[in-house]
Amino acid sequence: MNYYVTDNTAPSIPLADIPEVSYAAFYDDVAARLAEPRYHVAHYFALPDGGRLRFFLLLLDDAEGRVLVASHAMEYYDDMPLPSLTARHAQMHPFERDIAERYGVRFDAMPWEKPLRFPHDRFDRRSSMDNYPFYSIEGGSLHEVNVGPIHAGIIEPGAFRFICNGEQVLHLEIALGYQHRGVEEAFAATHNRLRQACLAEAVAGDSAVAHAEAFAEAIEKLSGRPRPAELDRERAVALELERMAMQIADTGALSMDVGYQLGQVASEALRTMTINTTQAWCGNRFGKGLVRPHGTDHPLTAEKAAMIRRNVAEIARRYDEVRRDIESSPTLLARFEQCGIVAENEMQRIGGVGQAARASGLARDIRTSHPWGVYARELHHEPVVMRQGDVMARLAVRSREVARSAAYIDRLVAEFEQKYAAGESPCAAPDYEAPLAPSSLSVGLVEGWRGEICHVAVTDAEGRIAAYRAKDPSLHNWLALALAVRGEGISDFPICNKSFNLSYCGHDL
Amino acid sequence: MIFPKIKVLLSHGRQAIPDLDAVELTEEFRGRPELTEPADSAEREALAAAAAICPTGAIATAPFALDLGRCLFCGECARRAPRSIRFTNDYRMGAPTREGLVVRPGDRCVKFDPADVRPEIRRYFGQALQLREVSAGGDASVEMELGATGNVNFDLGRFGIGFTASPRHADGVVVSGPVSANMAEALEICYEAVAEPKILVACGTDACSGGLFAESRAVDRSFFERHRVDLWLPGNPSHPMVFIDGIRTLLGKKTRG
Ligand code: SF4
Repeated sequence: MNYYVTDNTAPSIPLADIPEVSYAAFYDDVAARLAEPRYHVAHYFALPDGGRLRFFLLLLDDAEGRVLVASHAMEYYDDMPLPSLTARHAQMHPFERDIAERYGVRFDAMPWEKPLRFPHDRFDRRSSMDNYPFYSIEGGSLHEVNVGPIHAGIIEPGAFRFICNGEQVLHLEIALGYQHRGVEEAFAATHNRLRQACLAEAVAGDSAVAHAEAFAEAIEKLSGRPRPAELDRERAVALELERMAMQIADTGALSMDVGYQLGQVASEALRTMTINTTQAWCGNRFGKGLVRPHGTDHPLTAEKAAMIRRNVAEIARRYDEVRRDIESSPTLLARFEQCGIVAENEMQRIGGVGQAARASGLARDIRTSHPWGVYARELHHEPVVMRQGDVMARLAVRSREVARSAAYIDRLVAEFEQKYAAGESPCAAPDYEAPLAPSSLSVGLVEGWRGEICHVAVTDAEGRIAAYRAKDPSLHNWLALALAVRGEGISDFPICNKSFNLSYCGHDL
Repeated sequence: MIFPKIKVLLSHGRQAIPDLDAVELTEEFRGRPELTEPADSAEREALAAAAAICPTGAIATAPFALDLGRCLFCGECARRAPRSIRFTNDYRMGAPTREGLVVRPGDRCVKFDPADVRPEIRRYFGQALQLREVSAGGDASVEMELGATGNVNFDLGRFGIGFTASPRHADGVVVSGPVSANMAEALEICYEAVAEPKILVACGTDACSGGLFAESRAVDRSFFERHRVDLWLPGNPSHPMVFIDGIRTLLGKKTRG
């Protein structure tokens, strides 16, 4: 089949250059490729295009760093069902569900025909949060536990339904959509690029830097303007700071849930130090405002570089002590090990990404497979991979990534200090007016702390954003959480959940 | 093993901020802005440009005002019109009325008039206050900052103020997010489940005005038409100190001009 082949550094793609194939050819080829572990789907979405619905698929080839773009189309009011790819490859489920929910497209033999996020403009208005079709199992000894949408802690809402046999979880189903705000359509509803950048930061506030980078990438590929190496470097520092902050935060959350107070409070304090470092750099603890297209409002200065370097070294040192304490405490290991296992083949099957996939032995990391910016030129990152796929493995990936991020930040900041500390920083101010390539499709692929973030911008004939898609890694990984708790005691759900720490708003958009 | 634990303890020492009312944030922090009426046509033009690019339309030019309840604190307006808008690091931005979040030229603080506070709030909740947080389309940053108010550094629990799981145990509700339509009913049920007398806090710019999603059709803000908000807290997200200062001022433990 015909694909447009690109990578994560190439410019945007003229829509006319993306070959359109029949659904039958599309189906056969995608089904065959997804059987190979080197491929997984980064995005698959449909866009109304005149009287037609045009579908785009982004397939990532981890072995060669390629991004394959394929397309097929149908008449808007054609109600011929399409054979479901989910039936062959479970990883397609969120995408087919999204397309069906938005446009009423029917997928034949779709094994999990369920609403995804109840968007306000859904095709079937009768489908509502109140009648989500939860799976149920008959059986006198079984009971159901319903949790949410509001949870006990200060977290986002989502509904969890457990089917239990005594204490043991047989099945967990996660119904989301409560957080749906209309993010994607808001991108296309404005021509104010600053507003779009702020929207990107709001996709998932705990990944503001990563999503803002994916947006900036997509925009810069459309403008075709080269990006100074210094800007890439500063963005990588910001991204790795965000990664450190969140991996530390989750170490604290896991500690709290097993009553390990020392690890909890130490991690809280270390997260405070990390996000205060980001705040001292850019004025916001979450790095909102730090990443902007074509430039930055917060160029590193000599003092800020030194401050970041100092703080990061101290955080890494102290965090390593927490890590050692966890790894030498049998009572903690007893809770974390062999709990919430997702096997590698399962992770592969459902298209898991990010730190959770790496904890199950799947070496997926955009920094390695599809590097961009300094990751392509300087850092040559090797993914942190664990095999066990349990809570402990997910924690161990986090703790090793904190050390790795700290080392990268140290190196990038040192480079900055050697080259620029004496003079002025060469990073220019952002540009919100740069003209964008018309009728094109552009992809921003970034490895955030949770995993693969994929933004897609499609421009109209005037070079304005006509459609936007933002994918948070949570879209793939919620299903991994559901699988992780199968067979576990329901009381282990909190630590399984925290070991993933997925985003609700990033999923619901 | 005990030795690794002692190491962790020694490395961290005492983490709690000794006096929460004396906290000063870093110079870089974008808090309460100060406005100056533009003096000439160049400044007026710069201000118009700032108002035009503001991602949430938070700036009015005639008369000149900046609505903190809509502001994302992105700082762009201050870069475009530096003579008219300047951000300070003052986090004391909570107000008992929505109107109180509108900053005008010459304002040197966000006013907090005790007369705007329902008297029973101070009578009932002055000694202890337990709150139920509801995220209704929040992007998790406000939620994490609210979580941080109780952490080892801020330790808001020292004042008997904290968050509780059940609305039945709560004295009030803190809302974050623009109120997604899909959460509107759950928010209402949760609020109704809290016994009277109770307080209502809107935390973060999304909650105060809808923020970036004010015009979104996926948002339903009718909750705020039905229920009176006792404390409005701006921020994207609201820094823990914005919340702590706001609550302490609401309870009459702090005063502000
Ligand atoms: S800082 Fe606030 S008022 Fe200024 S441009 Fe940004 S959102 Fe608008």
